[in-house]
Amino acid sequence: MPPTNVSDPQYYHKVVDCQWACPAHTNVPQYLRLIGQGRYADSYLLNRESNVFPGILGRTCDRPCEPACRRGRVDEKPVAICRMKRVAADLRGDITDRLPTAPVQKNGKRVALIGAGPSSLTVANDLLPLGYDVTIYEKYSKPGGLMRFSIPAFRLPASVIDEECGYIIGMGAQMKYDTPISSMRALLDEGYDAIFVGTGAPHGKDLDVPGRHDAPTIHLGLDWLAGVHFGHIEQIEPRVLVIGVGNTAMDCCRTAKRVGATDVKVIARRGRKHFKASPWELEDAEHEGVVVVENHAPKRFVVQDGVLTGMEFDQLEWTEDANGRQKSKVVGTVVIPCDAVILAIGQDNALPWIEEGLGIEFAERHMPVVDKVTHQSTRPGLFFGGDAAWGPLNIIWAVEHGHQAAISIDLHCTGRPLTERPPVGMTLASAKLGMQAWSYNNDYNPSPRAEMQHEELVKRFSDVSIEVELGFTPEQAAREVERCLNCDIQTAFTDALCIECDACVDICPTSCLTMTAPAEEEAQLRRQLSAPAVNLDQALFVSGPLPQTKRLMVKDEDVCLHCGLCADRCPTAAWDMQRFDLKLVYAGQEGR
Amino acid sequence: MSSITKPSVRHPSARKNHLGLSRADYEGAMSTLCAGCGHDSVTAALVQAFWELDLPPHRAAKMSGIGCSSKTTAYFMKQSHGFNSVHGRMPSVTTGANAANRELSYIGISGDGDSLNIGFGQLAHAIRRNVNMLYVIENNGVYGLTKGQFSAAADVGSKSRKGEVNEQTPIDPVLLALTLGATFVARSFSGDKAQLVPILKAGLMHRGFALIDVISPCVSFNDHEGSAKSYAYVRSHEVETVAADFVPLRREIKVPETHAEMTVVRMHDGSEVRLHSTAPGYNPRSRDTAYRHVQACIKKGEVATGLLFIDDTGRCMHDMHRTVTTPLVELPYEALCPGKVAMERIVSRYR
Repeated sequence: MPPTNVSDPQYYHKVVDCQWACPAHTNVPQYLRLIGQGRYADSYLLNRESNVFPGILGRTCDRPCEPACRRGRVDEKPVAICRMKRVAADLRGDITDRLPTAPVQKNGKRVALIGAGPSSLTVANDLLPLGYDVTIYEKYSKPGGLMRFSIPAFRLPASVIDEECGYIIGMGAQMKYDTPISSMRALLDEGYDAIFVGTGAPHGKDLDVPGRHDAPTIHLGLDWLAGVHFGHIEQIEPRVLVIGVGNTAMDCCRTAKRVGATDVKVIARRGRKHFKASPWELEDAEHEGVVVVENHAPKRFVVQDGVLTGMEFDQLEWTEDANGRQKSKVVGTVVIPCDAVILAIGQDNALPWIEEGLGIEFAERHMPVVDKVTHQSTRPGLFFGGDAAWGPLNIIWAVEHGHQAAISIDLHCTGRPLTERPPVGMTLASAKLGMQAWSYNNDYNPSPRAEMQHEELVKRFSDVSIEVELGFTPEQAAREVERCLNCDIQTAFTDALCIECDACVDICPTSCLTMTAPAEEEAQLRRQLSAPAVNLDQALFVSGPLPQTKRLMVKDEDVCLHCGLCADRCPTAAWDMQRFDLKLVYAGQEGR
Repeated sequence: MSSITKPSVRHPSARKNHLGLSRADYEGAMSTLCAGCGHDSVTAALVQAFWELDLPPHRAAKMSGIGCSSKTTAYFMKQSHGFNSVHGRMPSVTTGANAANRELSYIGISGDGDSLNIGFGQLAHAIRRNVNMLYVIENNGVYGLTKGQFSAAADVGSKSRKGEVNEQTPIDPVLLALTLGATFVARSFSGDKAQLVPILKAGLMHRGFALIDVISPCVSFNDHEGSAKSYAYVRSHEVETVAADFVPLRREIKVPETHAEMTVVRMHDGSEVRLHSTAPGYNPRSRDTAYRHVQACIKKGEVATGLLFIDDTGRCMHDMHRTVTTPLVELPYEALCPGKVAMERIVSRYR
């Protein structure tokens, strides 16, 4: 194997599991350290650079970073990364004078954004400071999109949405509220330099089984949640079945408990390990008394004289064949009595307002053809992002789509090819302060993951807008920061300095280091390691030939604790701890 | 030195030995030796060897004197017995301890200064008595703790860090041990654990005095150009004479048929040491061959390493003195202190 090219920013980036897993590549270890130093505002603003909505995401993110977190591979639970973002947001104080601003002199380019959800707002956030004239069309009367209308207020207070959307809109976006776009042709005729479609996936999937339209108490989840949000729906019947086990289903069942339902069941086709809902949301729902029913497939609604009395299900038994494919067998049927049903079995994007003949191609299932990198449709100057582009994902993906689309829009409007995208950069700076002294806290803190405090059940059911999670205390936050392994403080190796004394190999607590003979292939090299990794997702660092024996220094990045002991014990500073900072590039920042 | 103590986290697939102990259970306090010290590598090899041997830590005694080397005993098996003696007196203290309780495993860690200068006489008599112990000399050729003066192990012509040349002839612990009748003599290098770990295991299981001279460079005062005990010098001058593999009793023994020149030595507990000579005609059971070979290597400027000599028929101190087999601590008081009448009887024999 050739020596690892550590001048490629992606090598060290991948070592920072959380940052690598985050669609927007938020610099997690650094924002955690800032929280640890009490620099909440700095931490908030660092978050905002990449994920734009730290307060919102600190409560609602799907947190792809946490399953990736290295701490989860060496300890029971990962760092509570997501809720730490909320700590930064809660304690940040007034940061308005540190937010980006739009120049008075505009650049003369007009951009239209359809939908005021996270992806469109991110586009606006990136383009307004460059002098773009940004117009946002929103069908409702407030910004936020699904963040506002489908996430109930007990998880995400409206004030947080108002504030963070307000930061962007306050830069001078022209808001056209209550203005649904009904014709793309008409919009194109207005002569915008670029148009971005960020209309999400607002269309709840229906369930076409007998009796669906025979009773008034059968609802589509997203519509029902929006109804509760707007106050159109203030109550639901006592016995409620929620069909589906995604996060929308979790929001529906918990909202139902707050508007009058006493007996709420969530019905799943399959077993628990296949549920789409985030485990913590499922846990919260069950804590609130929601009953989960597994392996039941809806068969028909039972309606008597126009009144829903129950729903009939096939009881399924699942088996797995040799290829891991799941097959079901009906083992019985059952009628579960209920007064209302909420369908939360998925959502689609809805783009019927885009006419044919505009050069905008669609693939199967009415999905637009969109370039994965540039976000451009088949019509130049027309871009898609968020759930509207490739179907339902989540908020953090929508934000990243917004960033990428903004880069494309800027390239498009300045007449440059969209493929000439600015590469990411990095800085690496030694964290050495002196003999065995480092600029980060390298000690390992064995504390367990911080437990979130929740509002008591009686109080939370009294009002749909009472926030359930109370957030971490500053003390909890400070301890949680210590659990972070500082994966961005990289172990940097200079092979020419190594005297092969074995000190680093001997001290490494997790046996990451091996000095071994060169090998042709990675698989062979992995077999030669003193402790081969279980998780093969992390790379091997391979040095050049060492001066004395021509062996290689191989570091398995998998469970490195970044404790710095290898560098502490290195007599020649062949190992150094260096802070890695990924330089993400946003619209208009090329060549920075 | 280190900025922190070693985190308690271990590799997810770290195994346990037959006692249910992990490698970490054989570790000790954090080393305060210089970064890159060969002695820390020897510590790591000791940890590895004793963990692999399933040595119960509470049945071992770590013995040492004074010097950088003698700090090593603090850095492994924190649950073992230990005695940090006066400079150079570790062999005698261990002799006494062994006389009182032969059932513990004695691990003596010393240095070239502690063993070949101030403790020279002590070492010589422990060898003669064939005290049942593992005796590791962490040999770096200098007094590191007092800033790098030459020890008795420094080679003629070797340069100090300031450029002074050593003119006195060295004491070679291997030749010394062979001369004095040691029954297990080996030389190894701190930078070669593949060689060192099996030798340490064989040495501990050997019944009698097992001397292992481990060249263990001093990064602060003796790792420069002109030193004959630097990492680079040892690597370029080392010639492995006898490769040893230690086969514990528990493992099924399959001697590979290809190694015709294999010497198999059965240890008293039934485990085996398999020796494979790389020098033609070398017999690791012959004291004379070993002596001649090591001397010839020195003349050529080579460092002969490996398990150079083993005699599994030697009688240890207890055999020669016909001492009681029960550790004194387990003898009933009446047997240990038979009283005035018995004393009278003994004294009368000399009247």
